[in-house]
Amino acid sequence: MIPEDLRYTASHEWVRVEDDLATIGITDHAQSELGDIVYLELPKVGATVQSNGVFGTIESVKTVSDLTSPVSGEVVEVNDELPDAPELVNEEPYSGGWMIIVKMEALIELDELMTAEQYENFIQEH
Amino acid sequence: MSYVPNTDSERRRMLESIGAESISALFEQIPPSLILQRHLEVPGPLSEIELRKYASEISRANACLDDYTCFLGAGIYDHYIPSTVPAITGRSEFYTAYTPYQPEISQGNLQAIFEFQSLVCRLTGMEVANASMYDGASALAEAALMATSITGRKGWVVSSCVHPAYRETMRSYAWASGCRVVEVARTGISTDFEDLGRHVTDDTACVIIQNPNFFGTVESLSEAEAAAHEKGALFVVCCDPISLGLLKPPGEHNADICVAEGQPLGIPTGFGGPLLGIFACKKEFVRQMPGRVVGATTDANGRRGYTLTLQTREQHIRREKATSNICTNEALNALAATVYLATLGKHGLRRVADLCLQNAHYAAKTIATLPHYELPFDAPFFKEFVVKCRKPITEINKRLARKKMIGGLDLGRFYPELVGHMLLCMTEKRTVNEIHSLIEEMAS
Amino acid sequence: MSAEPTIFELSSPGRTGVDLPAADVPERPVGELLGAENLRDALPLPEVSQVDVIRHYTRLSSINYGVNTGFYPLGSCTMKYNPTVNEEIAAYPGLSKLHPYQPEELSQGILRVLYDMQFFLAEIGGMDATTLQPAAGAHGELTALMLFKRHHERVGEGHRHIVIVPDSSHGTNPATAARCGYEVVKVESGPDGRVSISALKAELSREVAAVMLTNPNTLGLFETQVAEIAEMVHDSGALLYCDGANMNAILGMHRPGDAGFDAMHFNLHKTFGAPHGGGGPGSGPVAVKSFLEPYLPSPMIGFDEGRYYLDSDRPDSIGRLHAFYGNVGVIVKSYAYILSLGASGLKSVSENAVLNANYLLNSIADAYEVPYGRRCMHEFVASASKQKALGVRALDIAKRLIDFGFHPPTIYFPLIVPEALMIEPTETESVETLDAFAQAMRAIAEEAQSDPEVVKSAPHVTPVTRLDEAAAARNMELQWTGGD
Repeated sequence: MIPEDLRYTASHEWVRVEDDLATIGITDHAQSELGDIVYLELPKVGATVQSNGVFGTIESVKTVSDLTSPVSGEVVEVNDELPDAPELVNEEPYSGGWMIIVKMEALIELDELMTAEQYENFIQEH
Repeated sequence: MSYVPNTDSERRRMLESIGAESISALFEQIPPSLILQRHLEVPGPLSEIELRKYASEISRANACLDDYTCFLGAGIYDHYIPSTVPAITGRSEFYTAYTPYQPEISQGNLQAIFEFQSLVCRLTGMEVANASMYDGASALAEAALMATSITGRKGWVVSSCVHPAYRETMRSYAWASGCRVVEVARTGISTDFEDLGRHVTDDTACVIIQNPNFFGTVESLSEAEAAAHEKGALFVVCCDPISLGLLKPPGEHNADICVAEGQPLGIPTGFGGPLLGIFACKKEFVRQMPGRVVGATTDANGRRGYTLTLQTREQHIRREKATSNICTNEALNALAATVYLATLGKHGLRRVADLCLQNAHYAAKTIATLPHYELPFDAPFFKEFVVKCRKPITEINKRLARKKMIGGLDLGRFYPELVGHMLLCMTEKRTVNEIHSLIEEMAS
Repeated sequence: MSAEPTIFELSSPGRTGVDLPAADVPERPVGELLGAENLRDALPLPEVSQVDVIRHYTRLSSINYGVNTGFYPLGSCTMKYNPTVNEEIAAYPGLSKLHPYQPEELSQGILRVLYDMQFFLAEIGGMDATTLQPAAGAHGELTALMLFKRHHERVGEGHRHIVIVPDSSHGTNPATAARCGYEVVKVESGPDGRVSISALKAELSREVAAVMLTNPNTLGLFETQVAEIAEMVHDSGALLYCDGANMNAILGMHRPGDAGFDAMHFNLHKTFGAPHGGGGPGSGPVAVKSFLEPYLPSPMIGFDEGRYYLDSDRPDSIGRLHAFYGNVGVIVKSYAYILSLGASGLKSVSENAVLNANYLLNSIADAYEVPYGRRCMHEFVASASKQKALGVRALDIAKRLIDFGFHPPTIYFPLIVPEALMIEPTETESVETLDAFAQAMRAIAEEAQSDPEVVKSAPHVTPVTRLDEAAAARNMELQWTGGD
């Protein structure tokens, strides 16, 4: 089930927006394609990220993928449980596997991102 | 002999079954204008009998170290190779295997490499080691590239007491990747640490010292370590694995990366190759470390096993973002080193190192008493030392060769200011009689 | 719980594997000679008797599969039989117990071997000069790109900063280009599996330094338009490099130099019969056209007035990439191999390699998808896409082949074929072996339909079953930390 209250990108990240804070992670589809996650490279608190810019990498046994941010802003929180338990991304992609929280520069147009239904169609087509 | 088992009739049958007219028809993809119209101009074919005869002839045109006593070191050493080493590396289950990408049928290779990594860590005092690089020289260049990748800086500060061929290799790699080699002067046959301090800046990625250095001198590492870390550069040490039987290892000197030429660990001199690049570093840098690495894990039944790991750093997955382009390395030589260290063990390696040390110091002391020879530098040394010769070194070595001895390296070849100085080496294989023969001939 | 403990677990205090002679020179205290502050305290190496060392590593060898154990059809690796006579010759003391700095007059034999090999490889590749220094294929690629870089600098084209590689290339190609400071641009293969000429044309510009191709490519297909590609590349001012990993398809039939390549590397541990060693040592000599010769690494082997010598008088050389002259011990084996085969033998290598691959391809083409048809060069790529639809992947098929006594082919490469199985039988396999392998492949395809679980849970006959690779990467246990 793809959570209805989130928004999605074409590179399989999800975003939860509360006021000017955006929590970002990767979707269940993404984690299942990647396989068992072994390592994440995430930015430090205070770093800036750009919309459509790479904010880190995610590594499974067989691949390394870039993590792309859908918003611009400053990283105010990073999930510090992930370094020791990268499997949280596989087990709880939408909750315990959250990666970073960004204080957005400008309120993003939510319409630019996919809804749950649009994302579902997107992964069916690709 | 081309080792093709299939006979003409078998080939005909195969062609028929795939509906091809002839073998040439199978090469249709090659445009006719690009098909070679003549035979390759290479000799042969030779039968095994003829090949052996020819190879024996060729081998007799070389002075081999079984017949000539070797007092030459300079990066490649005539150390003792226990018979256990070729007995194991000669097993074709090991030497005809490929890289262990299918771990279930490669546990022999993988466990041996795991043991190699473990032994390297224990020997060097470092936290992680890889499965090997091509040789000490390229390992050192890759260490510098790794330091650049970690720090984002392009200056490589290198002592001029590091092996000249290693520095040359580093210069080639530096030029290719847009980095800079900055050489540090020497005082006598040791690194000039004041000069080193002056050269370490905010653009220094690494400070590189060889210990014992090319001249055999035991360097004091703490000054270089301090200079490097003060400015946020990495401290890289290139060492002699045999010397680590006695000397404090680079890990205890807070080295960030340690490399070595592993040839002394059970690998023939081989006219310079194949060799064994040893590479180890601090655990915090493991993801930037080049080369293959084996890790322990369990199978579905909970049995312990070994597998290549952290492969995502490597060329076959990461491609242009890989930590290095290295693919094939020196696995069989790593196996040789593993068997060597297992055979000699704690006591044996210490003993070998001690014998080298004692032989070298005895020889040096005795040579110093000869007229026409001088030991001009007062520095602690391990198994090699520098002798100043009043007679031309080419003459000395010619006379030694006539008496079936290979004399030391003419340092003038690499260091113009050191013309007339010879680098002599004594390993554990040298007996007191051999040393006396050398000295007699040098004296006459 | 493993079958064989580590050497550390076999250690027992006071044991040693060899005795060393007593020092016969007067001994002095070590601390005095080296400085007490320089000495180490503990030396935590194992203490094992010689019989235990030999048994331990002999047992490890018995759980390892090599070409001498059985069929090993790894695509692009050319796992051919490694003739035992070459091993024997390379171990002659007069060819192995030599010091690289010993007098040249006392090394005429080995220098001759190296000099001859420089010539043989140039002749085989259709080139003018060869360096033997690179220690492996990737090392050779690096050498060649450095030669190209030097050339461009010399002719005022040093601004060229891009290297083009096909999407089917071996990973070392882009990794090497990046090592040389080049930006990598990927060019797509066309529907026929070959480089798309139009795609390549679109990428060529004054910014491109080089194009790297493998020919035949990693799909086992000869780049039929290679001469046209060479002309295009040269017209744009770039240079053309040949990854020679697949030479086994064209020995004595075609020479990359004749097609217009400017440089190529050879893998002596693939094409020229030297063993793989479990991951090396290899040897990756590079042969070049004459305009690149001045830049070759130093020293080269020269011959003048009846004498072989090391030629270090090379002012335009890129320097060196190895401390000495290359992996001489491996080169000696390939030298013996070339002499054993001669011109006729080398040609029969490629004839039989290509025949064997086509025969095998046709034997399994009914059971597996073969995306590029039923004709190939020395290797072919099949796809397990039919089986994937049933839930059985290329990885599972590979593991199940182990139960049938075969080493699996290369899987998941090249990247452009889904569920790829890259199969290269080589010329040293008999038709019975090929038939047995084809039979196993067909049986597994059948199992994918009737009993997929047995495939997905394979292998069943090995000392360990599938290993937890995620745990290996997460836990990072890279050395023995248990007790001794």
